[in-house]
Amino acid sequence: MKRRYLSRAALPTVLIHVGLAIGLVFAVFPILWMFFASLKSNTEIFTLPPQLLPKQFTFVAYLAIFHDSTKLRFFFNSYLVAGAVSVLTVLIGIPAAYAFSRFSFRFKHALNVFIISTQTVPPITLLIPYFGMVVTFGIFNTYFALILTYLVFTLPYAILLLTGYLNTLPRELDEAVLVDGGTSWSALWRVIVPLSVPGVVATAVYTFLLAWNEFLFALTLTKSDDMRTVPIGIELLMGQHAFEWNQMMAMSVLGSLPLLLIYLFAQRYFLAGMTAGSVKA
Amino acid sequence: MSLAQEHPIGRPPRIGGLLSYQAKMRLLPFAYVAPAIALFALLMLYPMLAVLRYSLLDRAITKRDAAFVGLDNYQTILTDPVFWQAIGHTLYFTVLSVIFHLLLGLGFALMLNSDRVNPTIRNILRVLYILPWLFTVVIIAIIWRLLLDPEGVVNGVLMSLHIVDFKVEWFSSSSTALHAVTFVNIWAGYPLYMVSLLAGLQGIPRDLYEAASIDGANAWQKFWNVTIPQLAPIMISVALLDFIWTMQVFALVWMTTGGGPIYATEMLSTYTYKLAFSRYQFSQASASAVVILILSMSMTYFYIKHQKAR
Repeated sequence: MKRRYLSRAALPTVLIHVGLAIGLVFAVFPILWMFFASLKSNTEIFTLPPQLLPKQFTFVAYLAIFHDSTKLRFFFNSYLVAGAVSVLTVLIGIPAAYAFSRFSFRFKHALNVFIISTQTVPPITLLIPYFGMVVTFGIFNTYFALILTYLVFTLPYAILLLTGYLNTLPRELDEAVLVDGGTSWSALWRVIVPLSVPGVVATAVYTFLLAWNEFLFALTLTKSDDMRTVPIGIELLMGQHAFEWNQMMAMSVLGSLPLLLIYLFAQRYFLAGMTAGSVKA
Repeated sequence: MSLAQEHPIGRPPRIGGLLSYQAKMRLLPFAYVAPAIALFALLMLYPMLAVLRYSLLDRAITKRDAAFVGLDNYQTILTDPVFWQAIGHTLYFTVLSVIFHLLLGLGFALMLNSDRVNPTIRNILRVLYILPWLFTVVIIAIIWRLLLDPEGVVNGVLMSLHIVDFKVEWFSSSSTALHAVTFVNIWAGYPLYMVSLLAGLQGIPRDLYEAASIDGANAWQKFWNVTIPQLAPIMISVALLDFIWTMQVFALVWMTTGGGPIYATEMLSTYTYKLAFSRYQFSQASASAVVILILSMSMTYFYIKHQKAR
């Protein structure tokens, strides 16, 4: 009787552990496969029976990328565009979030609904007119075209996240500045922003990742190799050398580096961004 | 920034310029949101009007003086069987993705929140289970192209277990491609639910479970009558958002199957993209893009209504 009671209590525990183990393989195996494939020689990737670990670790795939200026340029472009987008988004987003957090004004509610709904506008719908506009303005195949169009999906998200953060700061802070004869503008930049560093960092980080991941606009609004970003670079690699799997995997590992580093060292910010109406482009 | 000039509390306002103090105070918040509004006007409102206009012209973008043709482009799109196939594929892809994202996200969240598992293990697994979410869609696509290659490891394992007896061409056979793409999307998307639901689980007050225990509820009844109702608002809002975003899938399909073989995985977005940028039928593509916008916006209406009710 006693034994039966014990085993009945233990059964759910066993099931949960089995479930977690299956889940772990499901979640992690594809990523491990990518990582180790990047350390294999290209001939070793399809050996049978399949082997996760390389028989011979080699960095040929990484060296090939580091010696190819076209591929390095993809990384430079991605860092430049994502960096510029995240700085601009924060600079435009902070004042807007401040207005939403501290003032009541006409159309505030409508504007808020508008900003929430812009997150769900299909990129493909915007792409066709963007293509027309970018050609008309003569900025086709430039960084500027990417930076400008990326703002449209980073900004709504940034305003929502920053407004949420500013709402947690007491209003007395701004009032103290106003009593001392300052303007709300100086209250914002001298008092509120310095106190909002965690919120601003979270916004900047997540904005960077959104821009880093963007595919559709980068595919369509740039043309030459020297303007392509990492995702498009990988797509091109796929078309040109369909069989250099180890290089594509190495490129993927390098392309995931910013996300992995941010996730490991700033998990809190990352999760804050992910759940606050996260947008995955 | 003359609009940003404000007057300290307790001092008489200096009235200057063309605007009264009150008028300035009313306009002040607009000065703060002006850059954002200007951007949205240029990059959101204007393009939406532009795409609507393109969809009513005969040859937008490619012809200088394109003629107004009314709803002709919509008629062309809506009578194209491929368009309806794309709607069907998009619906299949989206509905299955959302259902499995929810089931996996909820299942993992419950297991990771269970007291039966060592807390250190739970914390480590929590970090690892989020990993699929971290990778860019393009990278997810090529990881799975490698895994699901006819010569790849998935076939290798399945064949050695005698589950399949030939090298399945997952992405290039029309009988498996749509399922394969959907599966990859399920793999990539569950962590958002898991993270949101884990946060939700930790927010459920303990007294609710204690009260249920006092009333004699068993574990299943507690799950069904406490956990699920408490998580429902989160599940609904994440699922609605996921539905809208999944409906707009482009990069994953483009990078794995390109909409093929033939039209086997054609989605609304790839259909529209090809019309515009492979066939240069910008007007027809615009009509299709407007249809996608209408579908997205009608879902967004429910999302916003739900957010307000929360």
